[in-house]
Amino acid sequence: MQNSGINVIFNNIGILLDGLGNTLLIAVTSLFISFFTGFGFGLLRMSKNRIVKLLTYIYLEAFRIIPIMVWLFSFFFFIPRTLGIDISGEVAAIVVFTMWGTAEMGDIVRGALESLSKGQIESGLSIGLSKLQLFLYIQFPQAIKRIVPGAISLGTRMIKTTSLVVLIGVIDVIARGKQVIERTKEAFWIYGFLFLLFFLMCYPLSIMARKLERKWES
Amino acid sequence: MNNEEIVLEIKDLYKGFGERNVLNGLDFTLHKGEVVVIIGPSGCGKSTLLRCINGLEKIDGGDVILEGSSIYDKNIKMRQVRQKVGIVFQSYDLFSHMTVMENILLGPLKVQKRDKQEVSELARELLKKVGLSDRENDYPRQLSGGQKQRIAIVRSLCMNPDIVLFDEVTAALDPEMVREVLDVILDLAKQGLTMIIVTHEMHFARAVSDRILFMDHGKIVEEGEPEDLFGNPKTERAKQFLNKFDY
Repeated sequence: MQNSGINVIFNNIGILLDGLGNTLLIAVTSLFISFFTGFGFGLLRMSKNRIVKLLTYIYLEAFRIIPIMVWLFSFFFFIPRTLGIDISGEVAAIVVFTMWGTAEMGDIVRGALESLSKGQIESGLSIGLSKLQLFLYIQFPQAIKRIVPGAISLGTRMIKTTSLVVLIGVIDVIARGKQVIERTKEAFWIYGFLFLLFFLMCYPLSIMARKLERKWES
Repeated sequence: MNNEEIVLEIKDLYKGFGERNVLNGLDFTLHKGEVVVIIGPSGCGKSTLLRCINGLEKIDGGDVILEGSSIYDKNIKMRQVRQKVGIVFQSYDLFSHMTVMENILLGPLKVQKRDKQEVSELARELLKKVGLSDRENDYPRQLSGGQKQRIAIVRSLCMNPDIVLFDEVTAALDPEMVREVLDVILDLAKQGLTMIIVTHEMHFARAVSDRILFMDHGKIVEEGEPEDLFGNPKTERAKQFLNKFDY
């Protein structure tokens, strides 16, 4: 009865958490970088230049339309082959998730900045603020309240989507789970445990996003 | 009054939005210490005129000359112009994430780089004048419309502007709050602040102004001292307009 029932979880907890570490590494690193690159991308999306507008629009839509799995495959298989460089699954995953995160984060930033009232901006201009000062003192502090809840929910989406990285050979928590199942045939308990892990990672974030949104709405 | 130094000259000003011409070759001159009230039907271009003077709209023709130089001159920075010409809007947009005091100090400290001590003292003095001394740490959401508008006026005054523009500042207020705001403006007029005021409050216009401009279709149709223009308007358009305010 060593490896049956709920014991299978406790006996393999080390290896499962090791996979979880990889999952979190990819999600957290990508999200962290995306927060900054997304800001830049959001500002670019607000450009009045038509070419910049079109290019940024295509970039965003490319990540919305083409499944993340396809992006992962392209980066892991085709790009190393064409460019002659070898990259690990983890690096490919972080690159793809960061590119995706940049697109989505940019859209959140753009939405937040555009939703600010024109009056706030004109009031800022009318006291002589420069564009940079206007951004630092008025637009950013007001927009951040609308950005953070969106960024958190992007975080939960990203954590969930990391489950795809198993397809390019990254040993994440799902891959580890599968290994344990193959060995022990305890699919119910292992998948149940994975379910619980993802729930524990995402649900608190989800609650936090909702709370912040409500708090800052007033 | 006309012997005083000229602070602002509007010359043959044109401004359109798409097909529609809002300002059609408008001219006028403002002297130091003068209070000019602009009246006229909705959509006649009053607000647009103020926004052009503050550089919030790009003009299509003509010029705005502030203290001898065009505000559209390439060597003049709009930021400098805006420090000299304050504007108070109808929508009293205080910065919602800042306290009253932070709202007032932002421009003087960050734009003008003035001494915090000096500006804070000035701010407190002005807050006292508008009757809101006890509100300096409040956030805008804790204030009524009339209070917010009085703070917006203080915020503008703290920049030590040469001219202050008032764009229908009581139009969005509850009727019982109009008075408290108009009293503040009336007080400023007595102190000799140079102002251009756009308003629909005719009694106030009469009381506060040195000169009234009646605008229609993007032009000044008639101008004169308040008693003349209200008592005995010369143009048919002005007569018609003023009649609407009599019951």
